[in-house]
Amino acid sequence: MARATVLGRLTWRVATVAAVRDETQNARTIVLDLPDWPGHLAGQHVDVRLTAPDGYSTERSYSIASAPEGNRLELTVDLLPDGEVSPYLARVLSAGDPLEIRGPIGGWFVWRPERPEPVQLIAGGSGVVPLMAMIRTREAGGARAPFRLLYSTRGPEAAFYRDELRRSSENGSGLSVTYAYTREVPQDWERPPGRVDAGLLAQAAWAPEREPISFVCGPTGFVENVADLLVSAGHDPARIRTERFGPSGGQP
Amino acid sequence: MTEDHIDGNAAGGALRDIFTVDLTAAVGRCSSCSQSLALAEARLYTQAPGLVARCPGCEEVVFRLVRGPGRAWLDMRGVTCVQFELPTGS
Repeated sequence: MARATVLGRLTWRVATVAAVRDETQNARTIVLDLPDWPGHLAGQHVDVRLTAPDGYSTERSYSIASAPEGNRLELTVDLLPDGEVSPYLARVLSAGDPLEIRGPIGGWFVWRPERPEPVQLIAGGSGVVPLMAMIRTREAGGARAPFRLLYSTRGPEAAFYRDELRRSSENGSGLSVTYAYTREVPQDWERPPGRVDAGLLAQAAWAPEREPISFVCGPTGFVENVADLLVSAGHDPARIRTERFGPSGGQP
Repeated sequence: MTEDHIDGNAAGGALRDIFTVDLTAAVGRCSSCSQSLALAEARLYTQAPGLVARCPGCEEVVFRLVRGPGRAWLDMRGVTCVQFELPTGS
């Protein structure tokens, strides 16, 4: 559990890369050690700042993928080919390197383990990252709220955390996972490739009568489409929380 | 529908650089259309000088934040009556 809210301004601090591991062909997880990390809530993000030798600096927000665990923090970064920051994080950065971080940030798009109501997670592409932090936090704390994840990716190869999600959904803890593939589907897959639509939502998501809280994260167009579908299906807009990653499906 | 915006949530770090409490969950009222919104729900445009947050209901500017070296300009003219959650013990 995160320690109490930290008071005072947030300032930049230097993390050390403990390890990196590939998630997909284009995405990898960066494990960071941060002395005096105050803990975080599932769904929060950090800002990462890169500074060039000539002094030019730029910053981006990245969702935290891990459950709170001491001074360890994991980010999963998706490579955007014309990005300014992600190519360095996803290709160059390696164990032992320093990385400037500001965080944890955000009190809105967060899930707290003491919440009892069912949770509907809906991810588009790398939007699964903060939702994974919620799944991991739930599992780490033995929380009881039933979770459903609807995860839309281009195809099976593009999905993050596939093995872990399979294990977590098979261990009887009350997590169910449904994949929606937009471009390529595995053999014998019932549903043709396509976007999340009202039919799939009706099949895979909690019914509005269960009064779930929904967290939707992904590219801007995906998030707005899914939020509209949820409202049309009868979900209370006040129980839908969204986080948009921008038009390209990630933070550059 | 344009897709050139993200969420007010992404301005959380820049705001926490100035304020001692989280502003993403702070709820304000749009001074144009009177809709209540958490600042995380604002539409954030980052392709401007600084950050421009607009009301998801009426698209009017709710706040603008511009950073310079050792300096910040914050214009919150579009949001009134901001309500903060204060940490326990405050």
